[in-house]
Amino acid sequence: MLHRESGVFKTSYAADMALYPLPIARWTVAAVLVIFAVVLPLSLHEYYLSIINLVLIAIVGALGLNILVGYTGQISVGHAAFMSVGAYTAANLAVHLHLPFWVTLPAGGLMAALIGAIVGIPSLRIKGLYLAIATLASQLIIEWVINHTPAISGGAQASIEVPRPTVFGVELKSQGELYFFLLAFAVAAVVATLNIVRSRIGRAFVAIRDQDIAAEIIGINIFRYKLLSFAISSFYAGVCGVLYTYYFGIANYEAFQIVVSIDYLAMIIIGGLGSVLGTIFGAIFVTMLPIAIRILVETFGGYFWDTAALSAVAASMRLIIFGLLIIFFLVVEPEGLNRLWRNIRNYFRVWPFSY
Amino acid sequence: MWDEAEFAFALLVSGLAIGLMYSLIALGFVLIYKATDAINFAQGEFVMLAGFMATTALAAHMPIWAAIAVAVLGMILLSFVLERTVLRPLLGRPVVAVIMATIGLAAILRGLPPITIGAQTKALPLPIGDDPITVWTAVIPPVQVVGVIVSVGFLAVFTWFFLKSRMGIAMRAVADNQQVAMAMGINVERYFAIAWAMAGVVSALGGIIWGSMLGVDTQLSLIGLKVFPVVILGGLDSIVGAVVGGLIVGVVESIAAGYLDPYVGGGTKDFAPYVLMILTLMFKPYGLFGTHRIERV
Repeated sequence: MLHRESGVFKTSYAADMALYPLPIARWTVAAVLVIFAVVLPLSLHEYYLSIINLVLIAIVGALGLNILVGYTGQISVGHAAFMSVGAYTAANLAVHLHLPFWVTLPAGGLMAALIGAIVGIPSLRIKGLYLAIATLASQLIIEWVINHTPAISGGAQASIEVPRPTVFGVELKSQGELYFFLLAFAVAAVVATLNIVRSRIGRAFVAIRDQDIAAEIIGINIFRYKLLSFAISSFYAGVCGVLYTYYFGIANYEAFQIVVSIDYLAMIIIGGLGSVLGTIFGAIFVTMLPIAIRILVETFGGYFWDTAALSAVAASMRLIIFGLLIIFFLVVEPEGLNRLWRNIRNYFRVWPFSY
Repeated sequence: MWDEAEFAFALLVSGLAIGLMYSLIALGFVLIYKATDAINFAQGEFVMLAGFMATTALAAHMPIWAAIAVAVLGMILLSFVLERTVLRPLLGRPVVAVIMATIGLAAILRGLPPITIGAQTKALPLPIGDDPITVWTAVIPPVQVVGVIVSVGFLAVFTWFFLKSRMGIAMRAVADNQQVAMAMGINVERYFAIAWAMAGVVSALGGIIWGSMLGVDTQLSLIGLKVFPVVILGGLDSIVGAVVGGLIVGVVESIAAGYLDPYVGGGTKDFAPYVLMILTLMFKPYGLFGTHRIERV
């Protein structure tokens, strides 16, 4: 933010496509990493770390959805269903075969990717509204199948308790220990996404988003890339679902209902479609907002509603505020928080001279 | 053998009756799509809200006809406001934006009743008696008879409206190509508002009929999820499609529930329509009566 961009002349395409557009970006990234890896875990209380942990998990899932919706332009209302596929795959493997997390986690992701690719098959023929409805149907069908198949869902409550993950012989119990575990995955997801979107695959995705017929004419195999986009996105979702399962210690289909899909859509719309930084903003915002609403309603809600009904009021308030935010950002600022951030940065870039 | 036939007949008739009631809700969706190209993911919430309006009016000791009038007028007003504030700024934006906006709208509408008039289920009694009508082995509750009559009535009115009336033809022109319609002197914005108002009326009656059958609470909005199989099967922009799609979905649902439920432990009803819908999308994406669209670069 407080650096100058003059004197940077790129002389090759490789330099233009580099992960860090400016030399100073390396230092910024290093500083952010130090804050996240050292300062935060040492200074924050368990409770705040548990919230940050939720944000980290949400970042993984939201990045996956943004690859599909923001970069490839294929809308999906069934993201949470893919999370549940990953979650139940991992939970079953961990409980019945006693596999460690480094097997269950990729297995959950791959299973979700497979299901996601299957759901993506109709995307070759249908798009826009039709695809939204098809993914909505797959959300409902996957939810129903998991709920009605005891072999997957582990019985009447449709929930499976999962042992804590063990890393290098240490069982991760406290939020502080889980934090490092989750941070590693969030960072890996961010780096992987940045690399996907600047590579050949990412360019193909963007071409399909902007005009898929034109993309096909210039030689992009749309079917392959659309399926790839669905598979990558669902892989992220599956990993996100597995992380949720390890975080809560339980796989439960109620954590992956359609409301969750809409939460994730809200994250990428509020954050900014087709932007990695925006996805992170969105994940932070949407995860923190319900907590803020709950605190506000518990503090001031007593003046307007019965104290007994306050938790229901908080849930309804959350729905209303989410809806309002989605509409607000779509109508007023379609590029989301990422755009607001860029506006602020651009203002300070030439500060104190306005031109 | 005879038992089999009796069972199948009962399932078929109750499926047809429920199917026509789905059509009633799907009609609101189709009207908006046909006239304005906007997709309303909040149709179920519209229906729910109409039910809440009617029960609130009844709770204020209004007679039933006044409650119905309140719901209809309230929904027309609400449709006008939403069209102005939410949908109009999104004109010309990608279809994804409109879908997301109506999903957001659905969230708002679902959140409103619990914090204003309470979340408990309210009864919405219609003055039509409780004696079911029996046709051979099939038993149809009177609410569904009213639903069937209203759906068929709307089908007739809208078919006439879009084929014969000046307004309906103008509306079709707007849906076909907004710019050309403007050049022909059609006030496009006015027709958008009219289409939303018509959808509001349909949703209001749907809400009253479904509300009196199931009781009015936020769960009523789940009906909206059943709209999608209906409109996909029938074709998104076809009034006839909404009715035929509704009949097929109703029958499939009722037959699947009757024959499969004993084997899978219930709930087939909420599952079969979506399988049907996925199959439709794979093999006949524009539905039975929908218009094929040719896309150009």
